[in-house]
Amino acid sequence: MTTALDVARIKKDFPILSRTVRGGHPLVYLDSAATSQKPECVLDAERAFYETSNAAVHRGAHQLAEEATQAYEDARAAIAGFVGGAPEDLIFTKNATEGINLVSYAFSNATAESAWGGSPDPRFILRPGDSILVTEMEHHANLVPWQQVCARTGATLRWIPLTEDGRLDLSDLGSLIDSSTKMVSVVHQSNILGTINPVRQIMDAAHAVGALGLVDACQSVPHMPVNVDELGADFITWSGHKMLGPTGIGLLWGRSEVLSGMSPFLSGGSMIESVYMDHSTFAAPPNRFEAGVPMVAQSVGLARAVAYLDELGMDAVHAHETELTAYALNALEQAPGVRIIGPTNSVDRGSAISFVVDGIHPHDVGQILDSEGVAVRVGHHCAWPTCRRFGVPATTRISTYIYNDSSDIDVAIEAISTAQRYFGTSTTSKQGCES
Amino acid sequence: MSVDALYQEIILDHYKHPRGKGLLGESLAESFQVNPTCGDEVTVQVAGDPSDVLIGYEGQGCSISQASASVMSEMLNGTPVATIKEKRDAFIELMHAKGLGEPDEEVLEDGVAFAGVAKYPARVKCALLPWMALQDAAIKAGFITEEKS
Ligand SMILES: Cc1ncc(COP(=O)(O)O)c(C=O)c1O
Repeated sequence: MTTALDVARIKKDFPILSRTVRGGHPLVYLDSAATSQKPECVLDAERAFYETSNAAVHRGAHQLAEEATQAYEDARAAIAGFVGGAPEDLIFTKNATEGINLVSYAFSNATAESAWGGSPDPRFILRPGDSILVTEMEHHANLVPWQQVCARTGATLRWIPLTEDGRLDLSDLGSLIDSSTKMVSVVHQSNILGTINPVRQIMDAAHAVGALGLVDACQSVPHMPVNVDELGADFITWSGHKMLGPTGIGLLWGRSEVLSGMSPFLSGGSMIESVYMDHSTFAAPPNRFEAGVPMVAQSVGLARAVAYLDELGMDAVHAHETELTAYALNALEQAPGVRIIGPTNSVDRGSAISFVVDGIHPHDVGQILDSEGVAVRVGHHCAWPTCRRFGVPATTRISTYIYNDSSDIDVAIEAISTAQRYFGTSTTSKQGCES
Repeated sequence: MSVDALYQEIILDHYKHPRGKGLLGESLAESFQVNPTCGDEVTVQVAGDPSDVLIGYEGQGCSISQASASVMSEMLNGTPVATIKEKRDAFIELMHAKGLGEPDEEVLEDGVAFAGVAKYPARVKCALLPWMALQDAAIKAGFITEEKS
């Protein structure tokens, strides 16, 4: 346990954490960067909604429709409040991937509209010679959509390179962001390296040349206090399922002044103002970006998750994670034959820790850990170019959350040495004793 | 340990001491396959003629994919196309048997050690990777015409 959170008590709120796996091993869940587990109160909130108020929102003249609409809009307000934003600036999406696509399609769509005589917000129009900037540590969700936009518009993709210790190399930022830059989209906290990036500085540099900026906050909003104004971005996106909420719901926050001129992504019901046979006009944000019947029960569940995190206090959550990350980094550094990919100190660093074990492929490491009840992720973590940058085909990653403590790390470390014995690669420990 | 069924001695041995690894000097066709979920890679080349197919391979990845390549090459290098098809079908069937397959050692030789892999759905892809590469290379070389996967 750490000093900031009562992990033993928290664990009891998560039914899944009491199950066993692979022939009776207690589950040690170290894959929260992929998705978090859900506390009972979130499951209850979703169930209660279905049992009492289920209806399609923003339509229907009956009481249930009214209650469902209220629950949905209350959830929007609660989640917006959690990050210091206004409800009308918060769009519900399926996940962060959709949030990024929503913004990237605003560029493609505006560019196409302008070619046919439309007059979309010029900040979203791209021409050959324009550029979009990302980093070399992006999740595929914040890389592939921008590659696609470039392919459709003739714009050029640029990226901020990485240093050997897994930080952004900002030494050339002045030339990477120039008058050609139209969009800068960067990850706040890397899901593979754990690095927390100085996004404020990067957003300010983008704004200085008139570009727009997006922050992928998938790994930061669940783990540390985030305030939308302080990040200085035009768009911030993240997923509900990584912060104790249900799957199928994500968020895109946008600055109202930017959202108001933005072309819709998906179109159809719910997002219109008026519809005629030959054309339509669109609702104001956020509804303009929420076509079709939305994820109501999930919004209720996510609002409960946010309340749960608020009860713990995001400062305490962050303090807990920093302490546990320092513990895990130290333990992995002491483990013989283990090399961390990413920053090795807990300064500006989150709880996702990737590593490789000499002589054992990550898939095999993960398999042995799994046989000991330890759930980790192996592979390229949807950040294949980042793996290439560090010359590894894949890594093993542990990632912790509020329900983990140092004993979980100890089990994982022990399982790593079991893997080394199994594959016959055990070496003498870095401290000189037999492992 | 519960993974003993997966990591048979034979598999670990092929992994640590791969048989016949290396590319051919000249080949008729080659196929590069990756497993996008974990980054396993294998390249298989074929040469020779339908009555005596020569197989070369290179790769990097987990123990299961690399041992599978080694077992495959040891079993099939220098055999006729009919043998390749027979053993390929037997191996694929074993991988889809969810761990309940009873492989014929006469047919699959060291490949029988992979029976336990079929209990781990995420690893079946690893085991099949080199076989898919061989299949693809053999089609490109004109040794096999059917589009069976
Ligand atoms: C940094 C980062 N960005 C984007 C995503 C994509 O999230 P989702 O799959 O929920 O859309 C993830 C999820 O793994 C992530 O960690």
